Amino acid sequence: MPADIWIVGTHMTPFGRYPNSDEIDLASTAAVSALGDAQVTVRDIQVLGSGTLFGPIGTGQLLQHQIGQTGIPAYNVQNACATGASALRIVYLTIAAGEADLGLAVGVEKMGRAGLLPTVTAGGGGGDTFERIGRNGAIMDTEGVLGTGTMPGAFAQAGMDYLREHSEVSVEHFYRIAEKNHRHSMLNPLSHYRKLFTVEEIRAAAPISYPNTVLMCSPNTDGAAAAVLASGSRLRMLPLEVQRRAVKISASIVTTDPWTPAGETLPDINACTRNAAAKAYEVAALGPVDLDLVELHDCFATAELLHYENLGLCEPGGAGDFLDSGAPYREGRIPVNVSGGLESKGHPIGATGIANLYEVTTHLRGEAGDRQVPGARVGMTHVVGLGSTCAVHILERAVT
Amino acid sequence: MADCMTVVDYLRLEPEPSLVAQDCSACGARYFARRNACSKCGGQGFAAALAATTGKLRAFTIVYRAAPGVTVPFISAVVDLDGGGTVQANLIGVEPVPEAVVLGMCARLVIFPVGEDAMGTKAIAFGFTPT
Repeated sequence: MPADIWIVGTHMTPFGRYPNSDEIDLASTAAVSALGDAQVTVRDIQVLGSGTLFGPIGTGQLLQHQIGQTGIPAYNVQNACATGASALRIVYLTIAAGEADLGLAVGVEKMGRAGLLPTVTAGGGGGDTFERIGRNGAIMDTEGVLGTGTMPGAFAQAGMDYLREHSEVSVEHFYRIAEKNHRHSMLNPLSHYRKLFTVEEIRAAAPISYPNTVLMCSPNTDGAAAAVLASGSRLRMLPLEVQRRAVKISASIVTTDPWTPAGETLPDINACTRNAAAKAYEVAALGPVDLDLVELHDCFATAELLHYENLGLCEPGGAGDFLDSGAPYREGRIPVNVSGGLESKGHPIGATGIANLYEVTTHLRGEAGDRQVPGARVGMTHVVGLGSTCAVHILERAVT
Repeated sequence: MADCMTVVDYLRLEPEPSLVAQDCSACGARYFARRNACSKCGGQGFAAALAATTGKLRAFTIVYRAAPGVTVPFISAVVDLDGGGTVQANLIGVEPVPEAVVLGMCARLVIFPVGEDAMGTKAIAFGFTPT
């Protein structure tokens, strides 16, 4: 039986570059706006979850020192690309445990610091003579020496692993996914990039890690997102307008990657996603057929194809047909990434896992403007980070 | 070959180039790095085992953009070794273009030098080349 917990306020900053704002500026904007959206103040909040990967130590407390020091418990959460969703889950769990009835979750990131993210730590001591360092006894950084450990490479390899097993799909499917998401982004004023690209332009764009070209990779983006969560009993004490716009969290699931034979070499994003989605459907007592929209983790275009299957949106082996049928396009029967996805919006890591909840909530409220999925009642969000960690949420509109 | 060091300690050069795995004594799960325990069954005993020097290409990417000091393009290859174990290395002797790489292709272990330190010790890496 899922806990009775609702999103009653939410906000995301437009994603983009903010050279003159630090993480706390962005987090404060998102938090204060989310509080206003819920028609509550920071003094009403009883627990804070703050998610960032590269932001300062104690981002949660730094945020409190800007927007309101009320002495409440605050947790700083770091969980790869599931950071924001995990920060929200800490707030969710605190409410579910009965230790709070109103909480605030904030996610923020400035990606300028990040560079080409490695998936494996560099080896070698860096001195004049070779020295074995680390669990592999590496005498040098093995990037480029023993294959690649960067994110575009890791996700390219994950996509090619899928192609190897499914001859009916090709790299063209990946290019078309990027085309879809960029086209979707044109209707999203909060997206970092809002440009239309043809499949040919995507295929011919600067190659990063085959088959991923630059237009198939999340851009370097700054941003923040926040959500105010309330227990069902607290919701009923909030203004009627807040109650009317509230969105139920029907499932909140976090998983990690179970052991697989190749898991130390080819990071697994599939099993953890499948497990999280299956659990989410079970807890929410829903199936994929009930979803009106999905915001999934297209950090690279190659990843999205895998998640059609992993999230149960199509039959095993059916991801190519699913895309070919038009289903995940905004006009299709299960729109995927109508926000433009991470490839267009950007992927400020700590913010992404709350920004996708903002997106689905906005559609369920009927407030998504030009990009609104008509009549949306049920939505799913998904994030997955290498290591691996996955978070899946299912949201449902308030029954009026 | 006295002044050679392998880039990672699971690559051994003598008596011939090979990859040395750590296999869980309880369940047989295969690893190539120092372990604290088996993450499949929790076992804490491991036995060294020579992995096969042949395998099949499970996945690859061609890397065009990398950090300074890394020569691009290069082909990163994930290889399922015959008899067990999956490792990552570069694909050697193949033009770094998509048409030259076939998923599932058979490959064998090769070694090659990748630099030397201030004392002249050569670093030796492993890769795979199509058979």
